[in-house]
This record gives sequence, structure tokens and C-alpha cells, in this order.
Amino acid sequence: MADTAATTHDADHGSDAMPKRDFLKLVATAGAAVGVGAIAWPLIDSMNPTRDVLAVSSTEADLAPIPAGQAVTVVWQGKPVFLRHRTEQEIKEAEDVNLNQLPDPQSDQARVKSGHDQWLVVIGICTHLGCIPLGNKPTDPRGEYGGWFCPCHGSQYDTSGRIRKGPAPANLEIPPYAFTTETKIKIG
Amino acid sequence: MAGLYKSEFKNPVINWLDSRLPIFTMMQREYGAFPTPRNFNYFWSFGGLAMVALMVMILTGVFLAMHYVPAADRAFDSVEHIMRDVNYGWLIRYVHMNGGSMFFIVVYIHMFRGLYYGSYKSPRELLWMIGVAILLLMMATAFMGYVLPWGQMSYWGATVITNLFSAIPFVGKAIVTWLWGGFSVDNATLNRFYSLHYLLPFVIVGVVFLHVVALHITGSNNPLGIEPTGPQDTIPFHPYYTIKDMVAMVVFLTLWAALVFFAPNLLGNPDNYIPANPLSTPAHIVPEWYLLPFYAILRSIPNKLFGVIAMFGSILLLFVLPWLDTSPVRSANFRPLYRIFFIPFVIACVVLGIVGANPPQGSWLLIGRIATAWYFLHFLVILPLIGKFERPLPLPESILQPVLRQGGGSGGLPAGATAAPREVS
Repeated sequence: MADTAATTHDADHGSDAMPKRDFLKLVATAGAAVGVGAIAWPLIDSMNPTRDVLAVSSTEADLAPIPAGQAVTVVWQGKPVFLRHRTEQEIKEAEDVNLNQLPDPQSDQARVKSGHDQWLVVIGICTHLGCIPLGNKPTDPRGEYGGWFCPCHGSQYDTSGRIRKGPAPANLEIPPYAFTTETKIKIG
Repeated sequence: MAGLYKSEFKNPVINWLDSRLPIFTMMQREYGAFPTPRNFNYFWSFGGLAMVALMVMILTGVFLAMHYVPAADRAFDSVEHIMRDVNYGWLIRYVHMNGGSMFFIVVYIHMFRGLYYGSYKSPRELLWMIGVAILLLMMATAFMGYVLPWGQMSYWGATVITNLFSAIPFVGKAIVTWLWGGFSVDNATLNRFYSLHYLLPFVIVGVVFLHVVALHITGSNNPLGIEPTGPQDTIPFHPYYTIKDMVAMVVFLTLWAALVFFAPNLLGNPDNYIPANPLSTPAHIVPEWYLLPFYAILRSIPNKLFGVIAMFGSILLLFVLPWLDTSPVRSANFRPLYRIFFIPFVIACVVLGIVGANPPQGSWLLIGRIATAWYFLHFLVILPLIGKFERPLPLPESILQPVLRQGGGSGGLPAGATAAPREVS
């Protein structure tokens, strides 16, 4: 038997001469690969958001205590959300803007709920590199457009939370929200 | 170029790497072609299984550590969070929990193999001692790991075992306060146990590395207990023992999976699903099963200090085993007297385990004391004496010789008995 094995050895490593062994190696390797995947997936998936994090995905906010011209910050999914009670003038400024002038064109109506124009709800994270823009506190600078001013790199947002000037590429994001009563909203 | 290793690999990438850091050459030499006795039975697979167990424990442990909170007021809840909220958290936790048991099962069998076949004898004394060091590290790691869920058994087991150190004369109480980081087992204790529980497994990896290096210097023992006399007595580790170890691993993982998926709390204590209460002691404080024999030894001695000495002594005794056993013959296969006494020794170990699970009263106490006495008698009296009085059976000429056909000397080699497999590079 040792003799026949020697004569079937070719110069190219003899791999063609042992199809059964090659098949077994292939099946074993494939099995091992499936095994590694079966072990890796639960470990990787365990790093995804846990069920308790996924469950706490909405925040309720009461708008009644916020007087016109002022704003409040609430937390939703770990992020700051600005709730601004806009004055008539601020609403008019937002609606009068020519959309061609906007780096990220979007009408004011698209960013508020109809019938609730005075309430602007935006995620308070600058779309440039993630700082929290200033403008909610009465003492904060609001930039040239009366909205928000990001101190990190100078992005400026208007009274609709749209980017007007500076390095930020997009308007402040509007989170999903709905009015549960005239003065209460549920975000997320 | 000076300093480059002369690698023999043909693949250019591997050659480049290997000539700068010859891991490939090393792996090929130590785990590929390494001449290994041809007569291993499956008891020789348990070292490899222990390695697999260690790697899985570290892997699952690291992922558990991403979600566990090591604070006394949040630890228990964080474990339940893992079980209920973390994706596959229940699986990772149960694998880790039962893995502790599987690791000890495998290591105990690995040690009993060593005891039976004389693997601790010259020239493998240091190999054996490094192994005992690994056992001690494992016991410390497992003990601290069990405290982390902060259940009733976690807390009270920690209290009992740390209190043992107060038996040390003069400095005992101060040592215990230092260990606790306070005046009882509390948050400070939990935090440091967490840190050490994360650290020690990597220390174990280092000591296991030394263990394998020491093994590769002396070469493995084998069921006949005689050294290989030439290439006809050995076969290359790959593919023969890689595939054999893979078979053992499949059986091992199947048993582990059976526990995890069908009886995950079989080996555990239900009291540990009750959050720790410093004001309420459980009726029976017991450690996990793999520490029970030592617990039994501890409780069989009526004196606190001597109980502690006996418990640690039972493990430290193992360090000097190579010098206690006076027989020049390694394998129990050829030691009729030793074989006879091996049986009551194993029984004593098992009995100690059972005794450890029961309250130290009445018949249990008596049985525990007898088993403790026999354990020490075996090492300190029986082993030294057997070596002197035993008449060993005649040893075979070589490892290969017993499997040759009758009437054949070296000319009767079976066709497949050459050292190298048929596949040639």
C-alpha cells in the first residue's frame, strides 16, 4: 500500500490524487466556518442596544410652562431636544426666507406641525461635528439669524433651525413627535 | 541581512513574516511535526480541552464584562439585565457559568491521568508543579467569579472564606480587614474581586504557556510510562492528535451544550438567585461543587487554624508529590500495588466532595474525617511505602513493541506504522 501511494504522487503536491481527503478537508473547514459564525454572532449581537434601551425610546414633554420667546431642553434617547416657543416675529422671519438662499432648502411649514407653528422641536446636535449649539438660554448668543449659534466651529441656524452659515451641512434634525394634547407632545 | 531567521516556507508573505518572527516555523515544529508517543489514549486529550475551556471562558467573560456592573447595589440586577435584556445575554451567561464547571471537570480528569500514569515523575516534576500552580489560580479565579453575581451564596461564601484568614496568628484580623477593604464583605470587596477576576485568567494563560513549554522540553508521557526509544515510537502531532483532540472537543462541547441548553442551573445553588442579604445567613453555606472536597477537609478539623492549614496543605502537598512517590516505575499499568490503592484514593476524593455538600454533623462529619485522613495517608504514608515494597510488572521493550504482531521483531512493522502520514509536501 505504501508503494501505490508513492506512484500516485505527482510533482504538483499530489493534491489531485486524493479527492477523498480533499473533500473531507473541505467539509471539515466548512463546518468549522459555520461553527465560528454560530459562536461569533451571539457575541457580536450582544453588543447591540439591549432591550431595556430599545424600550425607553420615547419622551413626553409639557409645553405649557414655556412662555413665548423662550426655549427648553429635554432628553430623548440620550440626545438633547430643543423645544422653542416662537414669537410671531420669529415665525414670520422663518416663513419669509427665500429657499434658494438655504444651504439645505426646506420650508418652515415642513419643519413644524400645522396649527402649532409656534412650537419648534429640533434635536440640539450641530450637524457638523456634534456639539450642542447655544441659543436656548436667554443669555446665549443666537447668531445673526436669531436661531442658534454653535460655538465649536461657528455654524449658525435660523428661527426654524435651518443652517444658514458655517460648516454644518444640514438643518437641525426634526425628531418624530406628535401632539397628544394642545400643550403636550410625545417625542419618539 | 544579519539577524533574519532562515525561513523554509515557500509562500512569500508567510516567508517574510516568518523570517522576522518565526511563529510559523515554531507552530510547525511544536504542533505540526512534534514527535508524540503513538499510544496516547483519550485521557491525553484533556489538556487540550482545558485550553479550549480557558479560551471560551475568557471570551464569554469579556463580553459579560461589557454589561455587568460591579457595585453592591447594582451587581445582582445587572446580571438579571444580562439574562433578560442583553441580546443572547442568557446564552453568554450560561456558557460562562457552566464553563467554570466544565473547566474543573476537565482539569481534575487531567490531574487524575497524571496521578495514574506517573506523569509527575522525573523529568516532569516542574511540569507537574506548574500545573498545580494553574489549579490554585483557577480556584482563586472561580471563587472570586462566584462572588460577582452578589447572591446569597456569593456574599456568604465570600464571608466564610475570607474569614478563614483570621486564623493566622497575630496578623489574621488585620489581614482580613485589608482583604475586605472594610469591616465586612461589601462594595469594596466586590470591586477588587472584579478587578482580580478579570486579571487572573490572563495570568493563567501565561502559566499555561510555561506549562506547555515545559512539556515540550521533556516530551509527553504515555500510557506505558516508558520514554520513546526512537522514531518508531512516535507519530507527528498533526494530523493524528489534532484530529483525535477534535473528536474529544466535539464530545466536550456537546456535554457543555447539554448543560447550557437543558440544565443550566443543575450544578448551581438556588440560593444564589436571592440577592445578598448581610443580615440573613442561609441555612447551608456551600461553595460550588469543584471546591467541595477542600471545603470538607477544612470542616473536618475541629480547630480553626489547623482546618485552614489542612485545607491549603491538601493542595500544597501536590507540589511535593514527585518526591513522595518513591517508585521508579511511572505507569500504574505496571504497578499492581499502586493500582489497588488508587481506587480508594479516588473514592476518598469523591466522598470528600459529597461530604462538603452536607452539614458537618453526625455521620457526615465522621465520614469526612475518615476520607480526609485517607487523603493525607495516601500521599504521606502509602505512596512512599508502596515504592519500596511493590514488585512492578515487567515493562515492554518499547512503545511500539506491544502492538507488533506475535513473533515479529522490528521486521514485523504493519504497513501503516511509519512515523509520517502518507501525504507528502
